[in-house]
Amino acid sequence: MKLRVNGQEFDREPAPGQCLRTYLRDLGWFAVRKGCDAGDCGACTVWFDGRPVHSCLVPAFRAENREVTTLEGLAPDGQLHPMQESFLQAQAFQCGFCTSGMIMTCASLGEEDKQDLPFRLKGNLCRCTGYRAIEDAVRGRAVVDEDVAGRACGSNIGSTFATGLVRGREHYTMDCAIDNLLHVKVVRSPHAHAKVLRIRQDAAKALPGVRLIVTWEDVPRKPFTTATHDEYHCNPDDTYLLDNVVRFRGQRVVAVYADSEAIAEEACRLIEIDYEVLPAVFDPEEAMQPGAPQLFPEGAAARIDDPARNIFKHTESEIGDVARGFEEADEVYEGEYFTQRVQHVHLETHGSIAWKSDDGRIHVRTDTQTPHLIQEKLAYLFSLDPKSLHVFSERVGGGFGAKQEMLTEDLCVLGVLKTGRPTKWEWTRGEEFIAGPGRHPYQMRVKLGARRDGTLTAIELRAVSNTGAYRNHGGEVLAAALRSPVETYRCPNKKGAGYAVHTNAIPAGAFRGFGRTQTTFAIESAIDELAEKLGIDPIEMRRINMLREDRAPGAEGSTKIYGADQCVDFVEQALNSGRGEPKPAGDMWREGRGIAIHFHESSPPSQHRSQADLFLGPNGTFHLANGLAEFGNGSMNAIRQIAAQVLGVRAADVETVVADTDRTPYDAGTFACAGTSVSGKAVELAARALKDRLIAAAARRLGCPVADGKLIDGHVVFAGQSIGFAELYRQTPQADQEFHVTRLAVATPNSPAFLVQGFRVAVNTDTCEIRILQSVHAVDAGTVLNPMQLAGQIEGGIAHGIGTTLFERVVIDEEGEVLNATLRNYRIPAFADIPRSEIYYADTRDPAGPMGAKAMGEAPIIPISAALGNAVKDAIGVRLSSLPFSADRVYEALYDSELDWPGLNKRWTAELDQAEQLTELQRDNVRHADEAPSEDVPNEALEKS
Amino acid sequence: MDLHTITTVRRPRCPEEVETWADGHAWLAGGTWLFSEPQVHTDTLIDLEGFGWQPLQVTPEGLKIAATCRVVQLDQFQAPPEWSAAPLIPICCRSFLASYKIWNEATVGGNLAMSLPAGPMIALTAALEGTCTLWSRDGAKRHVPVAQFVTGDNQNILQPGELLRSVFLPQAALEKTFAFRRFTLTHQGRSEALLIGTRDPGDGEILLTVTAATLRPYQFRFAAGVTSAQVRGALDAAIADDMYLDDTHGSPRHRKHLTYLFAEQIRAELSGEHS
Ligand SMILES: Cc1cc2nc3c(=O)[nH]c(=O)nc-3n(C[C@H](O)[C@H](O)[C@H](O)COP(=O)(O)OP(=O)(O)OC[C@H]3O[C@@H](n4cnc5c(N)ncnc54)[C@H](O)[C@@H]3O)c2cc1C
Ligand code: FES
Ligand code: FES
Repeated sequence: MKLRVNGQEFDREPAPGQCLRTYLRDLGWFAVRKGCDAGDCGACTVWFDGRPVHSCLVPAFRAENREVTTLEGLAPDGQLHPMQESFLQAQAFQCGFCTSGMIMTCASLGEEDKQDLPFRLKGNLCRCTGYRAIEDAVRGRAVVDEDVAGRACGSNIGSTFATGLVRGREHYTMDCAIDNLLHVKVVRSPHAHAKVLRIRQDAAKALPGVRLIVTWEDVPRKPFTTATHDEYHCNPDDTYLLDNVVRFRGQRVVAVYADSEAIAEEACRLIEIDYEVLPAVFDPEEAMQPGAPQLFPEGAAARIDDPARNIFKHTESEIGDVARGFEEADEVYEGEYFTQRVQHVHLETHGSIAWKSDDGRIHVRTDTQTPHLIQEKLAYLFSLDPKSLHVFSERVGGGFGAKQEMLTEDLCVLGVLKTGRPTKWEWTRGEEFIAGPGRHPYQMRVKLGARRDGTLTAIELRAVSNTGAYRNHGGEVLAAALRSPVETYRCPNKKGAGYAVHTNAIPAGAFRGFGRTQTTFAIESAIDELAEKLGIDPIEMRRINMLREDRAPGAEGSTKIYGADQCVDFVEQALNSGRGEPKPAGDMWREGRGIAIHFHESSPPSQHRSQADLFLGPNGTFHLANGLAEFGNGSMNAIRQIAAQVLGVRAADVETVVADTDRTPYDAGTFACAGTSVSGKAVELAARALKDRLIAAAARRLGCPVADGKLIDGHVVFAGQSIGFAELYRQTPQADQEFHVTRLAVATPNSPAFLVQGFRVAVNTDTCEIRILQSVHAVDAGTVLNPMQLAGQIEGGIAHGIGTTLFERVVIDEEGEVLNATLRNYRIPAFADIPRSEIYYADTRDPAGPMGAKAMGEAPIIPISAALGNAVKDAIGVRLSSLPFSADRVYEALYDSELDWPGLNKRWTAELDQAEQLTELQRDNVRHADEAPSEDVPNEALEKS
Repeated sequence: MDLHTITTVRRPRCPEEVETWADGHAWLAGGTWLFSEPQVHTDTLIDLEGFGWQPLQVTPEGLKIAATCRVVQLDQFQAPPEWSAAPLIPICCRSFLASYKIWNEATVGGNLAMSLPAGPMIALTAALEGTCTLWSRDGAKRHVPVAQFVTGDNQNILQPGELLRSVFLPQAALEKTFAFRRFTLTHQGRSEALLIGTRDPGDGEILLTVTAATLRPYQFRFAAGVTSAQVRGALDAAIADDMYLDDTHGSPRHRKHLTYLFAEQIRAELSGEHS
């Protein structure tokens, strides 16, 4: 089959059922990406004879003699299409995985189309940006600052990989061509709880192209946990590579390695497995009842707190005396809250490729947030010397916590070890939903007491989390959930009880916000309820009770560090300003506003360390290596800016390497805001040490006092004299050692960051739609290293939070089957769903953080759900306590409430009574078209057709 | 996505070339649904593209839409000015969850043949009193109103191998006035309820078409002056509770609520009342 791609002729037969997306990738056009492979995300958008199409839906054979354009061919070599330039200038991406499809779509829009972006961009999903930056790009707004020596911090420095990305030249995990690949597919359990009795693989084995089939009997029986964490005891081992007991529907049972995905899939269908089905339990409260099915009956060996009741972690703590606190209260509020399972939906699905090099080392190319921890885990699992393993990422297409797990690397390495052939496993979008981690669903009870003047006397929180069949971060998430949301308020009496409970649900995992999103939803809703009982304005209620500077740990009474008061003021003023959309016309619309706040501890919950390696090269530029991962979080750019700032050069003068166990020193992984807080600290320490050495060496050369030395634009400058870095390098003996430093940072308690989200909403009492009229976010993030990037993190967090609050929900039936394992049926926010937010920064500095910055990456999502719930309550007087608030679920909540609702039930009930009095005669007037005779259709006209 | 089980693609130039039909065969129209899910029970795709059917034909009797007419072609159709119901066409094209980039390939016939509750081409052609022309493999033709063509969620009256040839919209229907209501849980999302009413300019008769909320389309004819109680009574009598769709795009109770709400709004609008 002949066709033209990007102006070049190609001649290659497609497979009969192949889609254009994979066909183009087979030809080497890797910018054609896969987010869903089903038409929903737009990451695969290309032009087909000039029309934009989703190439995953186009049969490849139809491309015969056609002209295809991919991002790589949008502009002639070496040039940029205006839309590529706009994306660059607006930095309209974070992880960049959606960018190919976004640019190909936006570049096809005429001026008139651009007036309706909600419609024109509905087929392009971005999980990272919240779409503001994308709109800016389409509108031609430039945000990027010039990269000026000595002004790296505080400037909008563009991302390290921006130019390559908009040209379609950056490579994600699957974007490489490797010969002789083996493909992995797995047979997943159809039961939520079962014993594997027999596996019949003869038919599969006989299939040509099948090279290896492994079951639990063929793999090392070494327990491990898929969760990656520096601290071994956080997540006790509970998983085997392949097991003869399955504890959730979708758990992998057999792995097939074959010459193609098609053969591997066919082999999976031919494998027959006999199971002994065991009773299953899905609700954590039920799982704790006596007699509930036990997931880990082996008892103490499972290293869980209470195996008989399936309780993995149980924590209880009390300060002060909560019982007395409630006695002292004038008002007490108690309520129950529920949060659902949601999926990360990082646009790049999990996947990895492993191969052996001639020297016998194994290389693992993967999309991970924790390359060094994956290396350690693989070494343990396969009893290998860690040095014989090289784990790295090139570009990673989003993570949000889901890539703090080892989910694909293990079976790829196993394939390499058993066959010697390079092995690849790329997850489908469906696999993300049925076997990938998600957010822990929480069931919570909150009780608050306060005096008449609003001061809290007692806070009590009980949280039960559904960690699913395995533990993956469940304990740590619970610890975080019980901590900062409760610490947000001053109160002498606090009590928390938490249970992370095993059920036969799909394991949950680490997820942006890490437990705090759930409990903040409960507590911040409860604060509003209590304020209402007391007749106190909810914003005032927070001013009265939130942590003050004298109590905020690390703030030591300094208003320079503490910015909570500023944030609350910003949001209040903005909500009062009259900005945003007006309430839609019509009295079915009710307007309301609400806020929620959160104090965020800016460092990972337990021991976290990171090392930075920094040296000056002979040509006068710097080389920085740090093991963090860059998956859209902007950390790679942040550390480069920090080094450039300290060293007085342009950010571009610091060549930066991350996420590679061969080329970077140890790092405990990028999660829990560790990117800027710990890695950034290590880099700052290294840069300061190198700066001192440069000045000292130059002072010796030039005979100047060290104290006068400054680094300015690639030179060490003294009063009246200076020397360029390259020159200094030449003149310094053993410069390669002298100007090479390594520094380690460990997580230390940082000053708390603080966030406030405010919403104005309108609720339609007829349809139950919730419409956001205004969104305001204020953060106290300390020094802002890169305003554009921080705004992007905040907007992305808000968008993610809006999805979680208004409609996202993994629906699982009584058998444990996920009913909406596609992006068609699990909707994430599209352009049309996200309002533009006003964002404000408090004027503060964190003496402990890198360059005065507080960590902010994951926090902005935390207050979103409660702020929306509070606004809805204000609008319609009904407290929604179970996420998400999709119109149908709001309707169900209202339908069941006995409230006197003007729009809803009453009107219809009145008419129902009338309807029942319909006379026979009237009924005759009602003729159903179902019964309408088809003679009505002029048959003649049809015959001509 | 790659359909790994497909072993054969046939590209006939006319339907007569397709003489045999077997389990595992599927007509391929735009392919936008076929390529969006694994099709493990399908091994042969038979491409309709080569038939070269004229997408749209205006005749004195009305509008004939070929099954292979792409949604984008229908969207861009310039209707004669007297077809007062023609604005429904672009409105319904915009009632897909699918992006306009998908309607560059998706066909009207594919949408009808899928017979999903949220099929906006079903809503459009049913409301405009369309009739499907079906061709079976043995050469027999039959004509069926759209509202009877679809029998359930992803169910219709097509026999194995039977081809949907076209949909015909009669002129009289195209000259009616109309009212349209739709609700989606996410902005521009999948229809949770999509109702269309048309009114005969002559006798004032109202034809109400209920789709998306229900497993199959329901239609009601009401004489001029119908009251809200009568509309409600008709809905009550015709649509059992278990005929409201239950999926992630809407709960059955909410879909029912929206159906009644929109039916009443449409009745009031077409009757010239303030709603
Ligand atoms: C992202 C996305 C969103 C979507 N949103 C919607 C939506 O909101 N509402 C909705 O209804 N659908 C939706 N769909 C499903 C589908 O794309 C549409 O229904 C589309 O109109 C199908 O048309 P097609 O030409 O691509 O059909 P194809 O995929 O080619 O075929 C669909 C089915 O119909 C059969 N078929 C096609 N033509 C004929 C014919 N002439 N005679 C007999 N059988 C035939 C095929 O064999 C196949 O079984 C969506 C799909 C995607 C990918
Ligand atoms: S990969 Fe094609 S639309 Fe998502
Ligand atoms: S930048 Fe859009 S998905 Fe990551």
